[in-house]
Amino acid sequence: MTEGQQRIPILRMGKCLLVTIQVDLQDQTALALQDDLSAKIDQVGASGVIIDISALEIVDSFIGRMLAGISGIASVLGATTVVVGMQPAVAITLVELGLSLQGVKTALNVERGMQILAGTIDEVDTSGD
Amino acid sequence: MSDDLTVIGQILESDRAAVLQDWLGEIRATAGLGASTKTLNADTESLLKGLDKGIKSGQDGTHLDGTAWEALKDALEELSSSGAAQGISAAQTSAVVMALKRPLFERVQARLANDPVRMASGIWTVSTLVDRLSQFTLATYQKTREAVIARQQQELLELSTPVVKLWEGVLAVPMIGTLDSNRTQLVMESLLQRIVDTGSELAIIDITGVPTVDTLVAQHLLKTVTAIRLMGADCIISGIRPQIAQTIVHLGIDLQGITTKASLADALALALKRGGYIVTRAKA
Repeated sequence: MTEGQQRIPILRMGKCLLVTIQVDLQDQTALALQDDLSAKIDQVGASGVIIDISALEIVDSFIGRMLAGISGIASVLGATTVVVGMQPAVAITLVELGLSLQGVKTALNVERGMQILAGTIDEVDTSGD
Repeated sequence: MSDDLTVIGQILESDRAAVLQDWLGEIRATAGLGASTKTLNADTESLLKGLDKGIKSGQDGTHLDGTAWEALKDALEELSSSGAAQGISAAQTSAVVMALKRPLFERVQARLANDPVRMASGIWTVSTLVDRLSQFTLATYQKTREAVIARQQQELLELSTPVVKLWEGVLAVPMIGTLDSNRTQLVMESLLQRIVDTGSELAIIDITGVPTVDTLVAQHLLKTVTAIRLMGADCIISGIRPQIAQTIVHLGIDLQGITTKASLADALALALKRGGYIVTRAKA
């Protein structure tokens, strides 16, 4: 990691982690986020992750793959990932790139994303009882 | 060449009114125009003026590309575009210009009666000049028509893809006509934008108006559905007719994971059910 590297903040809300991507992602930043997020999930024992990409306007295949990757890593660590607020242009680009992000949960905005997470966490809790 | 043009210039100089009169008479006789004579008078008048200006400048008229010929070209454009707008046929529009031949021929003949060689070359010059004018008119006519067609295509594209709100949180797109890449792109863009604007969680794509579904159309539909899912909304495809259902199965198109319904009504019923609504009848 180089000095002064841009890092995406990860906010904790109870059992959930909230990642808001406000800048255009560089490949290095994305990789750093992947590292930070997996460490944080492990550290706080999070059961849900919300990635808000409503400010993201440019994606490439790498970022698309990284989103799928984060979701996969989180689910291995026992957390559900919801990608929220994808812009129409981004969605079209990902489809044209052939990335359908199978297995990644999506929602229109953070609120809906929280609802989805609340639903899945309840399920986990009740199944655990 | 320029010598012959000078002769035409002299003719226009000395008896322009008579040429105009003969020309209009010729137009009525040959073009069979029902157009108002008023605009025709104005059009022919400005054409002659432009021709006169071009000839007087002494610029080469072979391709009508000097600045002095601009007035003539403008007049021709005016004539053909107003003709195209009024629904006058291309043949009639060019006949208007072609009708100028006879009045000019007659006068060249009369003026150079005692010099057959110059007369022949004079007539040739008039003939090629008028032909060029006519060609230019036709080209402009076609351009005007093509602009109309392009505009209509664009309008058709926009008209045929409205996004309507069926219920709180339920959008519908009734697709009409064949789905190609352009249409799909447009539908996708407008639908996704509306989903963001309204925060709708469900989109229904109704393909009752799509005449045929082949692998390409199916691929376009799948793309749209995937994009909608990526945004975090859900999608139902409705209006699949029996024949189309058969085609889809025979072609081996995989619509797994996509909710499909036979009619828009079924799709709306499902949407309401998912939203937790129950539709009951107030009176039995």
